[in-house]
Amino acid sequence: MSEIQRAGLSPETVLAEMKKNGVTHVVWLPDSETNWLYLLMKAEPSLTLVGVNREGLAFSAAAGISAGGKTPLILIQNTGLMESGDSLRGWALGLSIPVVLMVGYRGWTRHGVNTDTAATYTERFLNAFGVNYFLVEGDDDAPRISIAFDEAKKTKRPVAVLVADEYHGFNR
Amino acid sequence: MMDTAEMLKIFNRYRGNAIVVPGRGGRHWVRISDQPNRDLPLGDPAMGGHASFAMGLALAQPGQRIVLFDSDGDVQMGMGILATIAEQQPRNFYHFMLDNECYATTGGQPVPQATTIAYDAIARACGYPRAYAYDNLETFAINVERILSGPGPVFTALKVRPEVENEPIGSRTKWRTRTQVQAVLDLKKELGIAG
Repeated sequence: MSEIQRAGLSPETVLAEMKKNGVTHVVWLPDSETNWLYLLMKAEPSLTLVGVNREGLAFSAAAGISAGGKTPLILIQNTGLMESGDSLRGWALGLSIPVVLMVGYRGWTRHGVNTDTAATYTERFLNAFGVNYFLVEGDDDAPRISIAFDEAKKTKRPVAVLVADEYHGFNR
Repeated sequence: MMDTAEMLKIFNRYRGNAIVVPGRGGRHWVRISDQPNRDLPLGDPAMGGHASFAMGLALAQPGQRIVLFDSDGDVQMGMGILATIAEQQPRNFYHFMLDNECYATTGGQPVPQATTIAYDAIARACGYPRAYAYDNLETFAINVERILSGPGPVFTALKVRPEVENEPIGSRTKWRTRTQVQAVLDLKKELGIAG
């Protein structure tokens, strides 16, 4: 395991990036390993958590939040991202919504040999929709989250942050 | 069953300055509304998402009343959002649903359990504090002011006559006068929101 992987991405770092970029609403469906982040977000008074029960609904909800002048963040897993294709197309891309998607990259491996088709199709899916993405493996990569926010604002499009190793180390 | 356009005309008397997301009633609403910059006639960006979009707008703008005209097909496709709306309890959200018992834009095929499903009961069971169902214009006209004068979230199912379309999509009359993006920009300008 590399140093980057050992360091992991801490939920405190993710929360700091959210606050730094003015996130007001987190539209989310729990990932496999986001419980600690959930507890941090719940305790953060500047955030409203909007839990959905199907990821496609996250894109339309985020579009409404953005249309109302606030800053949503979508927090989902890659499996749910793929479920959301039409909503991503119609609500986020169709309405030119500047939104960052933080996507748990289930099944990702550094060496490219994976046994989980969720990983196999993640980047292909994003490429099919023309959605740019940044890979984040650990705290050292966290500035890429801000880059994603900047790009979303500049292009008025959704931009993805792929959280590699599926929030490794988030559960404590 | 009621006529959608006639129902919207009655609603308009009580609209005040609410922001209206007309959903599939948009083709009529664009001819009825006299506050187009407070309307979001988006057509159908992606089926099943109208309620979550309007909820998001209500959460972002708690000082504005948000009125949505959803549809039965949309609600069935995204029914889970009813629980999310009930959890968030946006007091400024007024959720009407046009129930024509079918998928009118694809030729009028029935939605599942078209005539027996009780949408108001589902909304109430999800946690909407108020939920109603009306199947005629007279009853709606008597109750609409009361619905809009109380706090949300409130759900109201309205039986409307289907307006079935069978023409190929490319041959249908385009009723939107603005792009979706322009409609959002116009609303933001109206509300003084940058960008």
